Amino acid sequence: MADSQIYRDPEMARRVSDKIKALTPKTGIVKICHVCGTHEWTISHFGIRSLLPKNIEVIAGPGCPVCILPASEVDAAMQMAKKGLVITCFGDVLRVPGSHGSLLDAKAGGADVRVVYSTSDAVTMAQVEPQKEFVFFAVGFETTAPSTAIEVQRKAAENLSFLISHRIVPPAMELLAKMDDLELNGFIAPGHVSTIIGLAPYSVFPEKYHLPTVVAGFEPLDLLFAVYMILKQISEGKPKLENEYSRGVQWEGNVKAQRLISETFDVVDGKWRGLGVIPKSTLALKQPYAGYDAIRKHNIQIQDGIDSQPGCRCHLVVVGKIKPDACPLFLRKCTPQNPVGACMVSMEGTCRVWAKTANVPNTK
Amino acid sequence: MLTLMCLAIPARVISVVGDKAQVDFGEKVLREVNVTLVDAKVGEYVLVHAGYAIQAISQKEAQETLSLWNEVLDAGKE
Ligand code: SF4
Repeated sequence: MADSQIYRDPEMARRVSDKIKALTPKTGIVKICHVCGTHEWTISHFGIRSLLPKNIEVIAGPGCPVCILPASEVDAAMQMAKKGLVITCFGDVLRVPGSHGSLLDAKAGGADVRVVYSTSDAVTMAQVEPQKEFVFFAVGFETTAPSTAIEVQRKAAENLSFLISHRIVPPAMELLAKMDDLELNGFIAPGHVSTIIGLAPYSVFPEKYHLPTVVAGFEPLDLLFAVYMILKQISEGKPKLENEYSRGVQWEGNVKAQRLISETFDVVDGKWRGLGVIPKSTLALKQPYAGYDAIRKHNIQIQDGIDSQPGCRCHLVVVGKIKPDACPLFLRKCTPQNPVGACMVSMEGTCRVWAKTANVPNTK
Repeated sequence: MLTLMCLAIPARVISVVGDKAQVDFGEKVLREVNVTLVDAKVGEYVLVHAGYAIQAISQKEAQETLSLWNEVLDAGKE
């Protein structure tokens, strides 16, 4: 493996920044949206914004699966925990606020809620304790959905069912592309979602919305190059789809994973916290696997949840309309230790990233 | 190890048995991962996301990034 330092080479970074400067229009703002929590982390952590000209804005879209997880689904998991089921979930999911508290609160109240690193850990736990009923809270985008599909198809444990909360990214990007008041000029598409889905699902953005779209990796240079490639497309007046991250993404994606997803799930309309219902954006188990659907199996009623606590501006942060420090609760009532909004929970949440890094803005 | 939901991390494949592989994340962090989704070859790298390899990556592709970057920079020269 090539040394990761080559992806952080300051000399290369300087060369790209110069190129970016040369291509930046003299007037007007160029607004580029990424849709990945790890992109936000890299951009903030390495101060990428401070390397860009003033009128280039890189904003964070709904790229963190924990931030857009609706309260109603957290509430469903809490109901299951109350019924005495063992809830297994990724660490970040534990602290996502539901309508009234989080799974962490349920755990503190005596519920059996366990953090796992991987879906397969949940399977193993269920196999070890066959007398108990387990639920895996399956949160995540296309990167994570294939692992759920593998375990559902394997029917690995009869006492394990799945609370499916997988969402798919391109429909959310389309929602942003359609927002007139956002006035986007290009997309940086998420690297590891693209590892699975490939580039084809993004073709609508250059073709229909005339937005340059570049799939990018996670090193600082990857993101600088993506910005440069977008500016170049803008200057040439030819929006297209490009892959900056060829070391992790093939044009056709991971075909086997795509097949598993489409065999296991239907794509249905679904709610995103802060964004509302997005058509054809959410995965649901297909009929042959309905027995593994935790909601059906355990007879849970999904109710409308309270997505936004008083004062919370997550719905604006999640589409990049405001920066986290414009929320009145940011680092006052809402902190990484005590998150009020979902964007403060995950290490990939925009507010959490901003709370943990000295984000030097380029616009001041 | 915390699961970052957007991130996959490269690891070197040490051994493969069925759909499981032992991989090395570097600095002696060894883990068993599921390799159903990829063609995992001993000695090569895979991108691992939450315990599942989602893509095989070769040294060649890593090198290609550098040539892609240089090409991109040179193409802007004229
Ligand atoms: S600071 Fe907290 S409450 Fe405000 S937008 Fe961010 S997560 Fe929501």
